[in-house]
Amino acid sequence: MLVQIDNLRIRFPTPHGLSDAVRNVSLTLGQEKLGIVGESGSGKSLTARSILKLLPGNAVITADKLIFDDIDVMSADEDAMRRIRGKRAGLILQDPKYSLNPVMTAGEQIAEAWRIHRGGSRRLAYRAAIDLLVQVQIRDPARVAAAYPHELSGGMGQRVMIAMMLAPDPELLIADEPTSALDATVQAEILRLIEDLVSRRGMGLILISHDLPLVSHFCDRVVVMYAGRVVEELRAADLLHANHPYTRGLLECLPALSHRQRRLAVMQRDPSWLEE
Amino acid sequence: MIEIAALSVRFGTIEAVRDVSFSVERGESFGLVGESGSGKSTVLRALAGLNRNWSGRMTVGNEVLAPQRSKDFFRRVQMVFQDPYGSLHPRQTVDRLLSEPLLVHGMDNIERRILRGLNEVALPAAMRFRYPHQLSGGQRQRVAIARALMAEPQVLLLDEPTSALDVSVQAEVLNLLMDLQQAHGLTYILVSHNLAVVAHLCGRIGVMQAGELVELLSADDLRAGRTRHPHTASLRELSIELEEPETSL
Amino acid sequence: MIVLSRDWLLSETPVSRAQAAWVRRYRGWLQFRTNGLAMVGLVTAAIMIFMSLAAPLLTLQDPSAQDLAGRLAPPSWQHWLGTDELGRDIYTRVLYGGRITLGMVVAVVLLVAPVGLAVGSIAGYLGGLADRALMRVTDVFLAFPRLVLALAFVAALKPGITSAIIAIALTSWPPYARLARAETLTIRGSDFIAAVRLTGASSFRVILRHIVPLCLSSVIVRVTLDMSGIILTAAGLGFLGMGAQPPMPEWGTMIAASRAFILEQWWVPTIPGVAIFVASLAFNLLGDGMRDVLDPKQR
Repeated sequence: MLVQIDNLRIRFPTPHGLSDAVRNVSLTLGQEKLGIVGESGSGKSLTARSILKLLPGNAVITADKLIFDDIDVMSADEDAMRRIRGKRAGLILQDPKYSLNPVMTAGEQIAEAWRIHRGGSRRLAYRAAIDLLVQVQIRDPARVAAAYPHELSGGMGQRVMIAMMLAPDPELLIADEPTSALDATVQAEILRLIEDLVSRRGMGLILISHDLPLVSHFCDRVVVMYAGRVVEELRAADLLHANHPYTRGLLECLPALSHRQRRLAVMQRDPSWLEE
Repeated sequence: MIEIAALSVRFGTIEAVRDVSFSVERGESFGLVGESGSGKSTVLRALAGLNRNWSGRMTVGNEVLAPQRSKDFFRRVQMVFQDPYGSLHPRQTVDRLLSEPLLVHGMDNIERRILRGLNEVALPAAMRFRYPHQLSGGQRQRVAIARALMAEPQVLLLDEPTSALDVSVQAEVLNLLMDLQQAHGLTYILVSHNLAVVAHLCGRIGVMQAGELVELLSADDLRAGRTRHPHTASLRELSIELEEPETSL
Repeated sequence: MIVLSRDWLLSETPVSRAQAAWVRRYRGWLQFRTNGLAMVGLVTAAIMIFMSLAAPLLTLQDPSAQDLAGRLAPPSWQHWLGTDELGRDIYTRVLYGGRITLGMVVAVVLLVAPVGLAVGSIAGYLGGLADRALMRVTDVFLAFPRLVLALAFVAALKPGITSAIIAIALTSWPPYARLARAETLTIRGSDFIAAVRLTGASSFRVILRHIVPLCLSSVIVRVTLDMSGIILTAAGLGFLGMGAQPPMPEWGTMIAASRAFILEQWWVPTIPGVAIFVASLAFNLLGDGMRDVLDPKQR
C-alpha cells in the first residue's frame, strides 16, 4: 500500500471559526492509477497535497491515518517530509508557466532536480536531463534543454515538468489538473505519456481533475468528491453504472458531440449529500 | 445581420488572423472553434472594437464599422468574456457593475432595470451588493451576462463563456444563454475550443486554424462527421474520443 | 440605516452599497489589527497627531516665551523637558513643532498624491505620445536629488515653510506617477476594463472611475511610507535654515539652533531628534501594516 488515508479532515480559520474544507475522506492507493474527480471547492487538491503536507500554513489537519508507504505523515516533521517530497513523491501542477523557474533553462532545472536527490556532477546531471527529455518524448532534447520556459509551448512545458518530477525516480506521482491548460490534442498526448511512464516504472499515480470522462480513460479507479467529502468510489470501467446521483449528474450534464440535446440536464444538488 | 469580409488582424509583425470571411443572420447562433492560437478570440475582439489593427470590412446591421466605434454600436453589440475572475471590476459591487452601462448610455429606471437584470440571469437580489470575490465562478459569469444585457443589445459576442466553469455550472449557463436568446431574439457569435459546447448551442460553425478559416459547416454536419477539412476531422475525433467515459478495459 | 454593529459589519449579504463598502473596510481593519507592529505605528501616529492638535490644551506655556536667565535648564517640574538656548520650554515647542512638521507633511501629500496619480494613470492608459511626454517630464523631476532641488528652489524664493512645502512636493511627486503608471499598465489590459470600454465610456471616465480606484491602494501605502521621508526632508531643510525659520518651533530648526550644545546640554538638540525619529518610525510601521492589508495579492 503506497498511500493510506483514513478519516482525513482539513479545516481553515475564518472570522466565524474553523470551517471544513475536507471531511471524513478515506482512500487507499497501491501501485495503480487513481483519479480524484470533483468540481472546484470539492477538496480534491487539498486531499492529495495533504499526503505531502503541502497545505497552507493556517490549515488544521487531523486524520486517523495518513500514511505514505511506511511513513506516518501526520507525525512526521519537516525534515522527514523533505525527504519524501520530490524524492519519493512528485507533484505536477496545472500550468507550467507558473511552476517552472522562468530564469533557468529547462535542462538546468531538470538537472538540478536530479542533483538534489541523486548527487553527481553537473555534467552527469545535465546528460541525465537530456535523457529524461527523450523519455518524455521530446524530439529535439538538446534544443529544449537549452530553452527557457517562456520559449516552450504549453505541452512541452508540461513534459519538462514531468521530466523534472521523474528525475529522482519517485514511487508516487500526483498530477493536479496537469492538462487543464492545454489544447485537446496535446491533452491526450500528455496523459498518455504520464500513463505510459507510470506503468513502466511501476509507480502509483493520483490524477486530479474536474473532467470525469477524461479521468475514466486514464485511471484504474475513480474517487468522486463533492464539497470536501467522498461521495463515490468505483472502478473506471464501471463509471457508466455509477450509483450516486452526483456522479450521475456530472455525467449527464455534459453536452455531447455525438448526439443532439434540447436542453442540458442540470445538477439538482441534494443537501443530504453533505451529510455523508 | 453581421458580415465579415477579408478580415485580417496584425499584432506587430505577426498576422494573427488572415483573410477571414463569414456572415451571421439575425437571431442565429454562429460558432467559431479552433485550438489556442487559431485566432478565434482575435476575430471576436476585433469585431467588438477592442482591437484597432484590423483590415477588411465588417458590417453590423447596416452599419459599416470604422476603427473607432460609435456609442450606438455599443448599445447593439456586447461581449461576455472568458475569465469570470477577470471580467468584473474587483472593487465594484454587482449593483455598481450593472449600473455602469446604464449610466454611460443615459438610460432611465436604473433600479428597476438592475432588478430585472438579476432576475433574468436567475441571481437572487441578495447578491446585489456583493463584491466579485464573494461570488462563485458561475455567479460571476451570470453577472457578466446580465451586464452585457443591460444595454439591450441585439448581438452578444461570447468568448469562451463557460471554459473556466465547472461542468455542472456550465450546463446551467448554457441553458441560460439559450433561454435568453429565445426571449430577446439575440444573435450570438460563440467562440470556444470545446466542440460539444459549440455544437450544442450553434447552428453553423466556422473552424479556424493558424489564423485562417478553414471550414464552414453546420452543427449537424459536424456531428455526423461530414467534414471536409482534415483539421476539422481531427478536432471532431478527439472530442468524441475524450467525451464518452471508457467502458471497456 | 447604518448601524455599526458587529453583525452588520460582518454581513455576507449587504443591502446597500454603503454597507458593502463598510463590510469591506471592517474586514480590512480586522486584518490590520492582527499586525502588532502596525498597531504600534497607528497608535503612535494617532497620539502624535492628537497631541499636536491639542497642544494649547496640553501646555499652558507659550512656545516663544523666552527666559534667558533659565536657559539650557535640565528637565524639571516647571519645564518637563527642560529649556533651550533662549530659555523656551522644550516640551511646549515640541508640541507646537509637531503641528508644523505634521502640517507640512499633510500639505505635501495633498499636493503630491493627486498630481502623481493623475499624471501616471493618464500616461499609462493613453499610451503613445501622451505617455512619452508625461514620462519625460516626470523623468526631469526625478533626476534631481530631493534635498538639492528643494534647497535650490527655496534659495530662489524666500526661505520659509511655504517654499519648503512646494520644494518638497516638486521632488516627491514623480515616484507616484511612476507607481500609478505601472499599476495602470497592468490593469489596462484586463477584461473588466475591456468590458467598460465596451459600454462606450470616455477615456476620462474609464481612468477616473475604474482605474484610479485600483491604483489607490498602492498610492496610499506609498504615501504612508513616504511620510517619514518627508518629515526628514522637512527637518533637513529646517536644519539647513531653508525651511521653517526661527523662532518657529519646527523640529529640524530646533536641532540646528541648538547643535552647539549637544555635548553638555545634550537634551536640547536630542529631544526634537527623538520626536523626528518616533514620527518617522510610526509612519513606517503604519505603512507596512497598510501594505499587508491593501496588497494586490489580496485582491
